[in-house]
Amino acid sequence: MSADPTQVLAFETDCHLFDGCGFPAPGLHSFLFEPLWGDADSNLYFNKTMLLALLGSIIIVGFFWAAFAKPKIVPGKLQMVAEAGYDFVRRGVVYETIGKKEGEKYVPLVVSLFFFVWIMNLWSIIPIAQFPVTAIISYPAVLAAIVYFLWVGLTFKRHGFVGAFKNFTGYDKSLGAVLPLSMTIELFSNLLVRPFTHAVRLFANMFAGHTLLLLFTIASWYMLNGIGIAYSAVSFVMVIVMTAFELFIQAVQAYVFVLLTCSFIQGALAEHH
Amino acid sequence: MSPLVQLAAEEAENPLIPPIPELVIGLIAFVIVFGFLAKKLLPNINKVLEERREAIEGGIEKAEAAQTEAQSVLEQYKAQLAEARHEAARLRQEAQEQGAALIAEMRAEGQRQREEIVAAGHTQIEADRKAAASALRQDVGKLATELAGKLVGESLEDHARQSRVIDRFLDELEEKAEAAR
Repeated sequence: MSADPTQVLAFETDCHLFDGCGFPAPGLHSFLFEPLWGDADSNLYFNKTMLLALLGSIIIVGFFWAAFAKPKIVPGKLQMVAEAGYDFVRRGVVYETIGKKEGEKYVPLVVSLFFFVWIMNLWSIIPIAQFPVTAIISYPAVLAAIVYFLWVGLTFKRHGFVGAFKNFTGYDKSLGAVLPLSMTIELFSNLLVRPFTHAVRLFANMFAGHTLLLLFTIASWYMLNGIGIAYSAVSFVMVIVMTAFELFIQAVQAYVFVLLTCSFIQGALAEHH
Repeated sequence: MSPLVQLAAEEAENPLIPPIPELVIGLIAFVIVFGFLAKKLLPNINKVLEERREAIEGGIEKAEAAQTEAQSVLEQYKAQLAEARHEAARLRQEAQEQGAALIAEMRAEGQRQREEIVAAGHTQIEADRKAAASALRQDVGKLATELAGKLVGESLEDHARQSRVIDRFLDELEEKAEAAR
């Protein structure tokens, strides 16, 4: 973890096509940051992604504070926007999947998750920051872990030990001889794979998106020499296109993350059939 | 070897293995967001949304009540107006009837007075005629007596019969006149 972030920024490498140096392709090193404070080897440090994560929290809290701290019955513009976002998650996600009666309790968690994930994703295209925090596995992992523990806890609470076991294993007598195999697979799929994919889905999307953006950005700079200028222009257009695309993907991934969360909670609350 | 290649070579780390400090900061960052939203801001807005819903429903109810009231008042006014029209028509009818009766009465009265006057006139005329006739009869009798006296040379004035003779004569005259008419 001793990567120098300045090394991977395209505009700081003085390297161009025909200069006799190779293409500084983005890679895993693009996702490593030198600590701003502390020592990378001691597990006691503070780096850019942490700064962005905390900053993102502050931005969300600040935004909702400004909108909802003193809410009015006749809303102002900011309150109206915030209400639209809140309502989208509440009605469009929670009520749709869990239902109004049971879902109300989980609205704050799901709303927090959605906006938290979204702002972490959005950092990807915000100038200067330009890094999706969720492209570091730790952040999606911690969110997925929260959801996982909530889901498992709820399942046990709702169905008891045996019921929860049946729930996790998809117990179904009619399967007959295949039942042990089916139960093993289901148990593995539910308890181990599910939280992993939940986190990795978000992580990988953001990771790939950032890599693409980096690739085209670096290429635009790298090819800015001689005949390469034409290719550079194409590459730059791709940067714009990919940025717009990422904007879309960031929102979609935040949506998918909370949608899955709700579907897990719904599965835990549902009667076993 | 460029520093980048060197960096790439150094990286053996799996990007799927989460670094612990980031986990901790991620948890803290999320808890901050969740804490503020769940404990304060979302309950806040829920309260206001509920109030707004009530305000809107209350407003609708009020409007409905006002409309109902307006409707009832309108009907009341319409009823009153119809009643007033009816009353006016009735009064007009009555006035017309009264006027007609009054006119008829006055006409009858006029007629009666005229007849009275005419009757009084007739009576007067009759009385005058009788008086004139009586006076005339006396005068004519006297003149005739005087004339007869002169003719016969003696006065018949003081004879009681005299007058009866004259009266009989005059009555005969009258009867003849009546018959001739």
